[in-house]
Amino acid sequence: MRRLLFDTLTKPVLTEAPPAADATALAELAARIDHAARARLGRSLSIREVDAGSCNGCELEIHALSNAFYDVERFGLRFVASPRHADVLLVTGPVTHNMAEALKRTYDATPAPKWVVAAGTCALDGGVFAGSYAVAGGVSAVLPVDLHIPGCPPTPVALLSGLLALLTDASER
Amino acid sequence: MSTLTQALFSARPTGDQRPWPRFAVDAPAWQALAAGLGEGRGRFLGLWGEAAAVHLALLPEASAEPLVVTLDCPEGAYPSVAHHHPPAGRLERTIFDLTGLTASASPDRRPWLDHGRWGLRHPLGAHPDPAESLPPYVFLPAEGRALHQIPVGPVHAGIIEPGHFRFTAAGETVVRLEERLGYVHKGIEALMAGKTPAEAAKLAARTSGDSTVAYSWAFARAVEAALGVTVPERALLLRALMAELERLANHFGDIGAICNDAAFALMLAHCGVLRERVLRAAAACFGHRLMMDAVVPGGVALADGALDLSPVRALIDHAAKAFPPLVKLYDETASLQDRTVKTGIVKPALARLYHPGGYVGRASGIAFDARREIPYAPYDRLNFEVPVLTQGDVNARIWIRIREVEQSLSLIGQILAALPPGGPVQVDLPTVAEPREGLALVEGFRGDVLVWLRLDGQGKVARCHLRDPSWFQWPLLEAAIEGNIVADFPLCNKSFNCSYSGQDL
Repeated sequence: MRRLLFDTLTKPVLTEAPPAADATALAELAARIDHAARARLGRSLSIREVDAGSCNGCELEIHALSNAFYDVERFGLRFVASPRHADVLLVTGPVTHNMAEALKRTYDATPAPKWVVAAGTCALDGGVFAGSYAVAGGVSAVLPVDLHIPGCPPTPVALLSGLLALLTDASER
Repeated sequence: MSTLTQALFSARPTGDQRPWPRFAVDAPAWQALAAGLGEGRGRFLGLWGEAAAVHLALLPEASAEPLVVTLDCPEGAYPSVAHHHPPAGRLERTIFDLTGLTASASPDRRPWLDHGRWGLRHPLGAHPDPAESLPPYVFLPAEGRALHQIPVGPVHAGIIEPGHFRFTAAGETVVRLEERLGYVHKGIEALMAGKTPAEAAKLAARTSGDSTVAYSWAFARAVEAALGVTVPERALLLRALMAELERLANHFGDIGAICNDAAFALMLAHCGVLRERVLRAAAACFGHRLMMDAVVPGGVALADGALDLSPVRALIDHAAKAFPPLVKLYDETASLQDRTVKTGIVKPALARLYHPGGYVGRASGIAFDARREIPYAPYDRLNFEVPVLTQGDVNARIWIRIREVEQSLSLIGQILAALPPGGPVQVDLPTVAEPREGLALVEGFRGDVLVWLRLDGQGKVARCHLRDPSWFQWPLLEAAIEGNIVADFPLCNKSFNCSYSGQDL
């Protein structure tokens, strides 16, 4: 183990420069959230991830955000275990009817002010699962959504630039 | 075998299923087959329903040719398979939820995927019924002094899929775990009906995102078998290349995540880097990090010309150097093995009954790998070993993954050496003006994925069934956790890494 730890010290750092905050995301946020509210977001966010019916592809890429290449915590973005600790719900998947109530309850358990980010094509409008008897639709069919991050699944870079838009104060633009 | 063969003496081939035939059987033959499975003769592969018929897929003993038998159910009922062979239980409950067909003498009549929220009942049945409120779900009892229940989920603490776990514990020790799944049921099989194979392939690719290549390949092979299509050699090798990259990525991710659930974050950090390198190589070569929609019916969705596979070559060179020190790290860290050895044991007798595929089976003495047992191109001409252990604990499931990483690295080397530099990678699907059926099994990282489908004669999917390997692994997790402490559940659960989405469909 010592050898491995020593190698880690001597090898170059893998973590990459962050992507710019996504311009489309900034525009969507500016339209939805006023300046005062965005100032309150501050420079740190606790995120509660909720899978409302995804194929688990989005979860794989959200996990990747924590690897050494993206190191999401360096931006003050932190995944938390309970909605009661969260500022942001990061929701994936089409919302299935079987998950709709659990998603609503998770939202209700999140203290205000709170924001909802819908990640992935399915979370936008149900994706390939739209129209099924078992699917309510995109996340906005159940919750008010503040930001959409597209992709099937969104790449870690797309997720990161979307989330960084949340941290970018409107006044900086 | 004798019961199986005798049962089939009364059978006649039916439909036009390829490459293996399907037989219509009567109720006594159906029961004889179910009883044979219960006695450990043959491997149970799947059970699914249509509006007025049930299908049972199995692999007879000492055979490499799966068999599908069909029982018509004009009265809306069929003899329960689970009555003889418990692994069929949740599949029978699913058949009732989706089609309304009942298994007579079934040991468990509770709903499974239907939570009473779809606005209708029996969506794949002859006449979907309007919604009716279901009685509250009754969990199995656990009785004794000072027992308490811990309900967990469907929303879990980590970044994972939703499902409900009901623990009954005596102090720290789990007395009973019961799973309640179905939360991510998306109605995939109903959505596929009426779609072209190309459209339905997108749904197959999103049945379980971590196994997107395996599902796409199984679906494509079922379509190609039904239509009698021969796929170009180069496409077959590229499919296997993607499938092995998918296995590598998932095994790297799992080895790191299991160790992380034992609070050994160093392994997660290093394995996370390896996983990311696999996904980047996949994106560079195939245009998508998870290789979603890259395998399509007829071949692979790539240009015919030369393909720059140098990122994959660089990846296997790097992994061959970077992985052995991590294996050594795992092997030499006693504090980590203190958590994984003798934790979450799947006993060999139970493994023989459920016959799970993948690392869950291979860590408990079940040497089943579809690449070997039901060989398909190009694996029939590649060299690889199927590692098997018998301890059945978390440690064994880690070691199976470690050995499979080594095998996949070797397979990728062989595939790169065999791959023609250029040439066609896709053929057009013919139109066949008659109903055709196809069956295929593909070994994903988690185990064997089964796809059965019927095309309707107009080039559309009439019915498609996708069976995830998790169906025969989830029930074993309930048994594996018994007698362990509650705090070891994440560790056990991650060592299984069953798919919620693949099971819930």
